[in-house]
Amino acid sequence: MGCTWCEISQLESLELYFSIHYNIDRQLRSNFTFHHCFDQIPQMSTRWLPAAQLTASGRPVFILGEVESSLLSGVDIEPDDQYPNLSPLKSGILILTTHRLIWISDSSSAFAIPLSAVTHIFSPKKSIKAMFASPRIRIQVLVSPQNGCLDEKGSKSMVITIVVRGKTDPEAFLGKLWEAWRGRAWETLKEESSSSTSTDEGSSRSGIRTRSAVVGVAGILRKEQEMWESTDKSLQDAFQDLNALMDKAKEMVMLAEKMRQKLLSGPSTQGTGTNDEEIGSKQEMQDWMLSVGIASPVTKESAGALYHQQLSRQLADFVKIPLEKAGGMISLIDIYCVFNRARGTELISPEDLLQACSIWEKIDVPVMLRKFDSGVMVIQNKSYSDEEVLARINALVLKPDSLRSGISASDAAMALGIAPAMAKEHLLTAESKGLLCRDISPDGFRFYVNLFGEILTEDIYLVKDYGTYGTWISAVLASR
Amino acid sequence: MQTLGNFKLPNFFNYPPYFTLQPVRDTREKQVQLWKELILDYCRTQKIFVIALDEEFPLFSNPVIESIAGSLNHEARQAFLSALVSEGRAEWMHKGHRKCLILWHRIQDWADSIVQFVKDNGLEDTVMTVEEIRSGVESRGTELHGIDRTILMRALKLLENKGKLVIFKGSSADDEGIKFSL
Repeated sequence: MGCTWCEISQLESLELYFSIHYNIDRQLRSNFTFHHCFDQIPQMSTRWLPAAQLTASGRPVFILGEVESSLLSGVDIEPDDQYPNLSPLKSGILILTTHRLIWISDSSSAFAIPLSAVTHIFSPKKSIKAMFASPRIRIQVLVSPQNGCLDEKGSKSMVITIVVRGKTDPEAFLGKLWEAWRGRAWETLKEESSSSTSTDEGSSRSGIRTRSAVVGVAGILRKEQEMWESTDKSLQDAFQDLNALMDKAKEMVMLAEKMRQKLLSGPSTQGTGTNDEEIGSKQEMQDWMLSVGIASPVTKESAGALYHQQLSRQLADFVKIPLEKAGGMISLIDIYCVFNRARGTELISPEDLLQACSIWEKIDVPVMLRKFDSGVMVIQNKSYSDEEVLARINALVLKPDSLRSGISASDAAMALGIAPAMAKEHLLTAESKGLLCRDISPDGFRFYVNLFGEILTEDIYLVKDYGTYGTWISAVLASR
Repeated sequence: MQTLGNFKLPNFFNYPPYFTLQPVRDTREKQVQLWKELILDYCRTQKIFVIALDEEFPLFSNPVIESIAGSLNHEARQAFLSALVSEGRAEWMHKGHRKCLILWHRIQDWADSIVQFVKDNGLEDTVMTVEEIRSGVESRGTELHGIDRTILMRALKLLENKGKLVIFKGSSADDEGIKFSL
């Protein structure tokens, strides 16, 4: 009898085991038999793939330059039979990116297979059995020899089977997988770092050139050759330009991301050193950053039937910053503009936006869609409460100027630091709660503090000593 | 204190929202009550019996409120007068809802007033014309003086039904006579 994890015999592993884990607690010990590597606890037998980070709304956190390209639903990931201790991952969403295959389960755990660890992608088997079963995609990956855990530098390999039980089309996905794997996007960074060292070596070699024949048939042939070479070269250059353009674009996005990170992490500057210009341009920068927000948009192509769900999650992530800027509540129209601007291409339609927002009810995100009586729709944090704004409106409306001539939506917008449309909604909410009364004139709506509550029908001339009514009367008299 | 004629106006007469029909139910109820009270008070002191919706009614606008929200619009006037009608303190004079008869005294109160008037002046078992009740010498200084004819007739009819008097056609075509038999 040997170790349940590797082939080392009982005697060997026991020794090693006790020598290293002398003090390990009894429960752990009883849970597994004789494995000597500290990390390999059976509960972790599901952890044969590296974990992937998720955002608060269940979308994967992408690494720099990673772009999503396709999505499958209802996916199981099964390890090789060689490793019976590894448990399969059941029923999740599989997202293909330029760098990884990311598997996300319903219970918000996620794992990733780096494409750099993939050594082979098998062609789909064409058999009668395959026709009736769920489609399968098989890939070969590098694993660590001891435990079968995925390891880019591993010396053994294992076949992973991706079982597609959902409705999405696996063939298209397979095509994209080939593309992404061949694209080797994860190597560009390494290339860039290594190419800088190789150019130094190359320049020293280019000094000497051999003279070539330019007369006779050889000369003609030579000229043909040269022309062909120069065409080839200019074609290459042209494509280089295109590649260079795309690289530059990538650089730009990376630069924007860096600056955005900087701005987000930098606290509001304290101390005496700041000048107004700095703060002003920082604000501008922030606005500009907001519009260069999204590098890997969810598209109908990449997500198919799950488009709305994934879009919904991406939207939930995106909306956090504009919400904060706008004071906790932002109109749907504003979000539509800002979100589409950040996506750049692959714009979404208003219906898509509405649908994405309505999906939020079903998934666990910190934002919600709210519809006011007037029909205006806004997005707000679930934690947002009306009470705070109402308290501020109350304070505003009791000021002497407001007592005398009331407040309009734009007055409230300026005082509260929010958009006029939002301010109007808040004023209407305050009115419906009995806090304010409206006054309609050719100039528009103005709101006053509600005095009706303090006036008695039985004695219409009575003014109580310590009420708002009295304060109002004094304020009005003071202006005469 | 502001006045309209010799009528003392309450402070809230200068409160702009008072002149805009409030949409929120509880606020509206209060607003309606205050207007009903004000209309009845004003009409009683100024002896106004009829309010015509299409004509200027001084109580319905406040020149002090500059923003010119200081005037009740048609819908608001309708609303407040209808509220009075529902309470039985007013009546629409015809289907068009253009003129409203204000009963700052109910018909029953007017009837009682007439009975008191007859007793005070020892007019039992006498005959008077309707016009004399309204504008005769005896009526001067009483509430009956200048009373709206429609209201007077209604009160008299009420008393007739109770058998306190008899109405009969008089000598002239447009004046009726009353024989009291209290």
